[in-house]
Amino acid sequence: MRKGDCQGKTPIVMAEGENEVRWDGLCSRDSATRETALENIRQVVLRKAEGLRSVKETPSCPSDGLSNTASLDELNKLLVHLLMLSKRCPFKDVREKSEFILKSIQELGIRIPRPLGHGPSRFIPEKEILQVGSEDARMHTLFEESFAALGRLDNITLVMVFHPQYLESFLKTQHYLLQMDGPLPLHYRHYIGIMAAARHQCSYLVNLHVNDFLHVGGDPKWLNGLENAPQKLQNLGELNKVLAHRPWLITKEHIEGLLKAEEHSWSLAELVHAVVLLTHYHSLASFAFGCGISPEIHCDGGHTFRPPSVSNCCICDITNGNHSVEETQVNSAGNVSVSDSFFEVEALMEKMRQLQECRDEEEASQEEMTSRFEMEKRESMFVFSSDDEEVTPARDVSRHFEDTSYGYKDFSRHGMHVPTFRVQDYCWEDHGYSLVNRLYPDVGQLIDEKFHIAYNLTYNTMAMHKDVDTSMLRRAIWNYIHCMFGIRYDDYDYGEINQLLDRSFKVYIKTVVCTPEKVTKRMYDSFWRQFKHSEKVHVNLLLVEARVQAELLYALRAITRYMT
Amino acid sequence: MEKMSRVTTALGGSVLTGRTMHCHLDAPANAISVCRDAAQVVVAGRSIFKIYAIEEEQFVEKLNLRVGRKPSLNLSCADVVWHQMDENLLATAATNGVVVTWNLGRPSRNKQDQLFTEHKRTVNKVCFHPTEAHVLLSGSQDGFMKCFDLRRKDSVSTFSGQSESVRDVQFSIRDYFTFASTFENGNVQLWDIRRPDRCERMFTAHNGPVFCCDWHPEDRGWLATGGRDKMVKVWDMTTHRAKEMHCVQTIASVARVKWRPECRHHLATCSMMVDHNIYVWDVRRPFVPAAMFEEHRDVTTGIAWRHPHDPSFLLSGSKDSSLCQHLFRDASQPVERANPEGLCYGLFGDLAFAAKESLVAAESGRKPYAGDRRHPIFFKRKLDPAEPFAGLASSALSVFEMEPGGGSMGWFVDTAERYALAGRPLAELCDHNAKVARELGRNQVAQTWTMLRIIYCSPGLVPSANLNHSMGKGSACGLPLMNSFNLKDMTPGLGSETRLDRSKGDTRSDTVLLDSSATLVTNEDNEETEGSDVPADYLLGDVEGEEDELYLLDPDHTHPEEPECVLPQEAFPLRHEIVDTPPGPEHLQDKADSPHVSGSEADTISLAPMDSSFSLLSVSHALYDSRLPPDFFSVLVRDMLHFYAEQGDVQMAVSVLIVLGDRVRKDIDEQTQEHWYTSYIDLLQRFRLWNVSNEVVKLSTSRAVSCLNQASTTLHVNCSHCKRPMSSRGWVCDRCHRCASMCAVCHHVVKGLFVWCQGCSHGGHLQHIMKWLEGSSHCPAGCGHLCEYS
Repeated sequence: MRKGDCQGKTPIVMAEGENEVRWDGLCSRDSATRETALENIRQVVLRKAEGLRSVKETPSCPSDGLSNTASLDELNKLLVHLLMLSKRCPFKDVREKSEFILKSIQELGIRIPRPLGHGPSRFIPEKEILQVGSEDARMHTLFEESFAALGRLDNITLVMVFHPQYLESFLKTQHYLLQMDGPLPLHYRHYIGIMAAARHQCSYLVNLHVNDFLHVGGDPKWLNGLENAPQKLQNLGELNKVLAHRPWLITKEHIEGLLKAEEHSWSLAELVHAVVLLTHYHSLASFAFGCGISPEIHCDGGHTFRPPSVSNCCICDITNGNHSVEETQVNSAGNVSVSDSFFEVEALMEKMRQLQECRDEEEASQEEMTSRFEMEKRESMFVFSSDDEEVTPARDVSRHFEDTSYGYKDFSRHGMHVPTFRVQDYCWEDHGYSLVNRLYPDVGQLIDEKFHIAYNLTYNTMAMHKDVDTSMLRRAIWNYIHCMFGIRYDDYDYGEINQLLDRSFKVYIKTVVCTPEKVTKRMYDSFWRQFKHSEKVHVNLLLVEARVQAELLYALRAITRYMT
Repeated sequence: MEKMSRVTTALGGSVLTGRTMHCHLDAPANAISVCRDAAQVVVAGRSIFKIYAIEEEQFVEKLNLRVGRKPSLNLSCADVVWHQMDENLLATAATNGVVVTWNLGRPSRNKQDQLFTEHKRTVNKVCFHPTEAHVLLSGSQDGFMKCFDLRRKDSVSTFSGQSESVRDVQFSIRDYFTFASTFENGNVQLWDIRRPDRCERMFTAHNGPVFCCDWHPEDRGWLATGGRDKMVKVWDMTTHRAKEMHCVQTIASVARVKWRPECRHHLATCSMMVDHNIYVWDVRRPFVPAAMFEEHRDVTTGIAWRHPHDPSFLLSGSKDSSLCQHLFRDASQPVERANPEGLCYGLFGDLAFAAKESLVAAESGRKPYAGDRRHPIFFKRKLDPAEPFAGLASSALSVFEMEPGGGSMGWFVDTAERYALAGRPLAELCDHNAKVARELGRNQVAQTWTMLRIIYCSPGLVPSANLNHSMGKGSACGLPLMNSFNLKDMTPGLGSETRLDRSKGDTRSDTVLLDSSATLVTNEDNEETEGSDVPADYLLGDVEGEEDELYLLDPDHTHPEEPECVLPQEAFPLRHEIVDTPPGPEHLQDKADSPHVSGSEADTISLAPMDSSFSLLSVSHALYDSRLPPDFFSVLVRDMLHFYAEQGDVQMAVSVLIVLGDRVRKDIDEQTQEHWYTSYIDLLQRFRLWNVSNEVVKLSTSRAVSCLNQASTTLHVNCSHCKRPMSSRGWVCDRCHRCASMCAVCHHVVKGLFVWCQGCSHGGHLQHIMKWLEGSSHCPAGCGHLCEYS
């Protein structure tokens, strides 16, 4: 019976060779190259569509059903990609031509996809986010570079472009980590990205990297679960787990276990590469949830072939792991009273001013300072959103990691005492940088730049106020995150955190950093109500980088200890 | 002032004694500092603050300054410094931003004296003024440096580093008012203590944070800095721009740097990560440390020389919770184990290498290098009397010489100059080149050219006499015979290789064995030594320089005369040519294409001439009978080119590549082509055949090669009046508003070819100057300079 199938299939299979679609030509900066690539795509798509139609019109061979769906799937894949290009390509000619191709396909009577959802982020209204095509010269070059590297402009890029300075550094680092010289093979890198993102059930990143993983020639079998991957990667699972949720528990035994595992052992350079990738993707998952990134147009859940009339019930499809149930019930808490939130900003500014002035007057004693840190640490455990219910992760994501029950647990909750990590004894600038740069050259520099940009980024504005020195606020956020990981700065008065960060903000920070999958739109809306979206994205950047640094510090310290 | 401190600090004139020893501390140390009596050391860390007495055999704990019921962050020290004037005065920098001073003279158990809580962030460094008793300086993470007068409750002045974290501050030892500060962004600033408003000078010293700096104890204005970029740099600050004097590359980020007393060029460094050793470097020898202390098991955090005038005692504290005293004589000296090694290939096929003596001696049949050479080679080594590099591990130097005459590269030069590579039809080029090769007695090459002509051009055009001639020769020594080909006619690469092999067992091979005693002799003599009668003192670095002298002094191989027109061509790059170059040799292709068209229709010979079994007769048959397209031969031609390149005759490979152009280019991968081109150009340049090499560059189609002559085409010109650089592109100098390029002969502005004397910078129209200098040897401008025109 199968044989018969094949017989019917032959003409299509034959055509396959010449029907190979090559997307890489579109990434070229040369418009003529893009033109020819597009023309080629157009012909392939039209040929496929024609072929499909002719099959449909001759219903003589019923056995064709199977191959028919297969080729329909194939065509749909192309159409979805074209849809993505028509919306998200930095080159105007490609956008227009892709749309034109889609139109002409539609005229052939074939259903074409349309994007779902409301732009790159579910938290930020689409009109607030930069439209592709209206960017300035600097952003355009960024987009072009990103597109050239990955063949797409992802939603994360579109949200981060609020802060082009950071985005540039971020893309450069990510590009280096994933595509440039490094100790790990390309498919390993994407697989590690998948492992890391899966720890937080971030289906957005998992989907993205599953595509990339297959694209660079990864074995599809590995995607069925970590137990199908090589032993070497399985060994990394434990480190991934600890690093994601309780990095303070990493010891040099973890490192030793990975480095001395007979034929499955990691080299130091590989390990550092893996650690950097893991921290990068843990934190990126935080960002994706923290900003409510929508699924990519060309990934599952980013598009639909259904006609627009039924769109209302589709919203729940695109949850990206977040609970967006309450999102549809347009939340009323967000716009309670403008005066209320206006007062919020004023109060915050007033507090900053006070802290600035009275700092020298009353000096807290040492014991006081220590207890303030401990208190902040302890208190951070209890700041958890009220809607803290257990979630069962989406099926397809959960298969990438085992031990789903392992999550963020606060240090001393179970009576286990973990010594405070003191930055003055092991800091990124002095120690971490040197170690990374030694084992994985150039990456230390790139990450260092990224930290600097994220930490020092400021436009001297706060909501509607201009010329504000926000360094104190930024430092408070940064140190609060490190405090949650048990990292202490000797020279910081943790009382400031209490003054500057209100409860709803702390809840948001804590959730994004520790259990990002539980972030809801309500949380996003309820903190800093008067602030701009770009400022909230800025906060997220701080969270991302502070988290990367915290995890890196613990991992690198363990490696250092192993080495000495 | 300095005299006085010398008298007061020396231990009553007695000599320091002690041995290499260490003691265990209770906690990791962050910094150490020595008392001026050189008998006590203070160790500070997060949870340790103790004074130890340094005794003959051991460290003895003298005082624990960490008193009080509760541990306070004020006691968590990032840095500690002991006053060099007052034995009772200490200062510490705390991680929480507090600066504390301690007075050991206080009767109570708590010696804490003053507390300055002005910094908002961790204080990284504290430093006492070297001569002023009450001045203390601190540098902090918050970007400020503060100067305290210990008689007052708060700081006297604050210096702002523009919100960049300060990593180190150091008072200048020689300049009373100056101090240096280093920053996390790689900058170093110089400040005048009286002027807190702005720094005197600022420059970028390192890429990434500068962790430490140290003023030279004797050389005024020498500042050593160490950074995260793994470098130690020595700056001369006396000039108006800080000048980098030395640069030492270490293997890990540099956490501390300290000049070694009484040794002008020595400094000690330790690292912050990964590397636990302490190194003492001679800054003039930046790759191999002079001494190395390997006692610590974790990173070294603090180093200090025990006494400011004793170079042999070094103290160190480490994260491994130990305090060490190192004796210089116990240090391991990597230099001793580092044999000078090197290998260099001379232009005329000579080969010299230096290697570990034992390795060389192990081979039998060697004779030491003696002076019985036909062409004496002079070994030259400049000796710096200050250099204490004696006691090197010795290496043996071996020099293998070419057989006189056999190694002559005359044919290479001749060929390079006479070959025609472009500008004529392919057939003519081939004929010409065949002729050249034949005249130089390289029949095989000549034959190859002729065959190429037959393959790619219409056979009708081949003069029969020529063809017969070359074919006749060809059959005599056809390609299959190549491997047994006469060595003398062989390509240089092959020739020298075999020569090398031969020399292994040959009596003619010369080896010179150098031993340390010889080194000592020459060191004392302090003279240039001649290789022919005295075994030379050989150092690795010198071997390379040797080769130049080698052929310069060689009487037989006087250099091919320098092409005369080089200068004018180089000096006036023709703009349009430069623009033309990237698209490749179009003119070549155009011209070469025409015969190609006719060639394809007439078609050519078969494989026959390549195969020895075919006779000359069959060749002529094939010439007219077969209808094989030239493409058929491309594989063969490609193999032929590879063969030549492999034999070392890259000249042939490149020449054929250029002449045939597109016909073969596609068959050979880009990288190989580029490799050939660069090797050939390199060879040409070593023979100073600049014109030929430029022609090859121009004709090459490889992008990487053709851009070689487009680099550094800028010519910087100074105005002839005010001697300042001409910044604008015009004819008029910005500063003195005069036309810069006046002809010294006719006093008009020169537009077009301008020639000027490099001695006095006067010049003018090319014609005018040429004419002038025919009659007179003085400068036409009347400046009295004796100009030369060549």
